[in-house]
Amino acid sequence: MTAGVEQAGVPQAASKAGAARVLRPALGLLLPIALAVLWEIAVRMGFSNGRLVPPPSVIWNTFADLAATGELQQHAFATIWRVAWGFLFGVLAGTILGAIAGYSALTYRLLDPTLQGLRAVPSIAWVPLFILWFGIFEASKIILIAVGVFFPVYLGVMGAVLSVDRKIVEVGRVFRLSGLAMVRRILLPAVMPAYVIALRAGLGLGWMFVLAAEFLGASTGLGFLLIDGQQLGKPAQIVAAIVAFAILGKASDWLIVLVSSPFLRWEDRFARA
Amino acid sequence: MLVLDRVGKTYPNGVRALDGISLAVAPGEIFVTIGGSGCGKSTMLRTISGLDPPTQGRVVLDGTIITAPHEQIGIVFQEPRLLPWLHVADNVGFGLEGYPKLERRMRVAGALDRVGLTDKARVWPRELSGGQAQRVAIARALVPRPQVLLLDEPFSALDAFTRADLQDHLLDLWADLKPTLVMVTHDVEEAIVLADRIMVLRAHPGRVYEEIACDLPRPRDRQSAAFDFVKRRVLAALDRSLDRGAPTVEEGETRAAAGGGLWW
Ligand SMILES: Nc1ncnc2c1ncn2[C@@H]1O[C@H](COP(=O)(O)OP(=O)(O)OP(=O)(O)O)[C@@H](O)[C@H]1O
Ligand SMILES: [Mg+2]
Repeated sequence: MTAGVEQAGVPQAASKAGAARVLRPALGLLLPIALAVLWEIAVRMGFSNGRLVPPPSVIWNTFADLAATGELQQHAFATIWRVAWGFLFGVLAGTILGAIAGYSALTYRLLDPTLQGLRAVPSIAWVPLFILWFGIFEASKIILIAVGVFFPVYLGVMGAVLSVDRKIVEVGRVFRLSGLAMVRRILLPAVMPAYVIALRAGLGLGWMFVLAAEFLGASTGLGFLLIDGQQLGKPAQIVAAIVAFAILGKASDWLIVLVSSPFLRWEDRFARA
Repeated sequence: MLVLDRVGKTYPNGVRALDGISLAVAPGEIFVTIGGSGCGKSTMLRTISGLDPPTQGRVVLDGTIITAPHEQIGIVFQEPRLLPWLHVADNVGFGLEGYPKLERRMRVAGALDRVGLTDKARVWPRELSGGQAQRVAIARALVPRPQVLLLDEPFSALDAFTRADLQDHLLDLWADLKPTLVMVTHDVEEAIVLADRIMVLRAHPGRVYEEIACDLPRPRDRQSAAFDFVKRRVLAALDRSLDRGAPTVEEGETRAAAGGGLWW
């Protein structure tokens, strides 16, 4: 009797869960789509001429035109390429220095004051210097992005290593783990959740800094599209570039979440219905 | 044979937690330490475990002086301290890295079976109840088959029923391999249910106050007159150990509120 009820219930529950998995992210699209539709209607009905804030259909056409000529892909790729390299270097440096500063009190005292001092400098202030040092081409842009990515990753990793629970480390000591085994079996998994958050924060800054870098002289990239749209008075191109930034930023963030989620399944998170 | 030879411990902040503790625990003996809060019970276990070596005297296990964690000494803390990123089975097998895979799997399965958690092998620690988690912690400590197992108030966070249940579990596990158990508790009945010998520790600084043999036949009946007799002896010794001269008014009040004698 009970078994029969359960058997009937299981596939139904499973399909419900499957539908929920598709629908829940879709929920997040509701607001932007509703706003877009409202604006489209407002322009079509003549409440606004839509010259300064182009309606979605115009933006879509701009997108399509840019994509047809291959311009969109070229600019998006240039931007992605810069962010990817800047992110890589920033994460490498931030992870290594953050881990060392968190692990060793001496390194912390030696290193942290300097880095905190540098952090206090608004990063855009480095631009003239980087251009002098590394030229106006890719190197200076990538280094600027790396600087932006570096600080949140450094702070996140250092904080995570510092706050690893002494009680858990003692478990490792009781089982006589060597230094390397301690890092691999206790410290690394323990800092993983905070590390992912630091990476996401770093990536967010990476997208911010690529724009700054491209504003300051570039002939490719989504930032160039923005400036170009401003100078030629093409608001649709500006909005198209902004939308492209939003999509790329969200997609790259989602990629980090996706890649890291198998390592974080153990986390006891506040579950929201 | 586990020997403490005039062990003393002064913490870097100047607190003298242990002073001249000398004792010998025979292989397979269940040795229970009891005493007021802050009298140095945890400190004593930590010196034996090698996590916090003594500042005077020495801890010797079968001729080896213990100054760092030793493979023959396991420890269960007051909290389970399971690693949240490992499944229950991997937590139990944590100390078996380097063993052949098959042996590891067999030992883990055996240990989970002994603590009645076979069905929880593939579950995250966060999905366990407090009592289940502590059973996993005991299994993890026992699975490398240490000669000595230290237990620091392992059941103090659990309700009375679960505690009695786990005491039985512990005795079962102990009967398998007969490790030496050195346990700290502040529960007098728990001490008498488990112990071959009970040591009362006195505070400021931690010193051996009295040793009481406890050779009732097992399994022990908490209702028996003999049990009650030992209990009275232990309570009396504890009471005396807690007396630091005449009790202050405040102390007397706290005691009365807690129902006499058991104010720690
Ligand atoms: N890491 C430490 N640094 C300095 N002093 C400490 C440290 N740990 C414990 N002490 C001090 O040593 C004394 C003994 O502490 P310990 O934890 O061994 O007591 P305990 O008998 O286990 O008490 P409880 O029953 O409350 O757990 C206390 O006075 C305590 O304040
Ligand atoms: Mg204690």
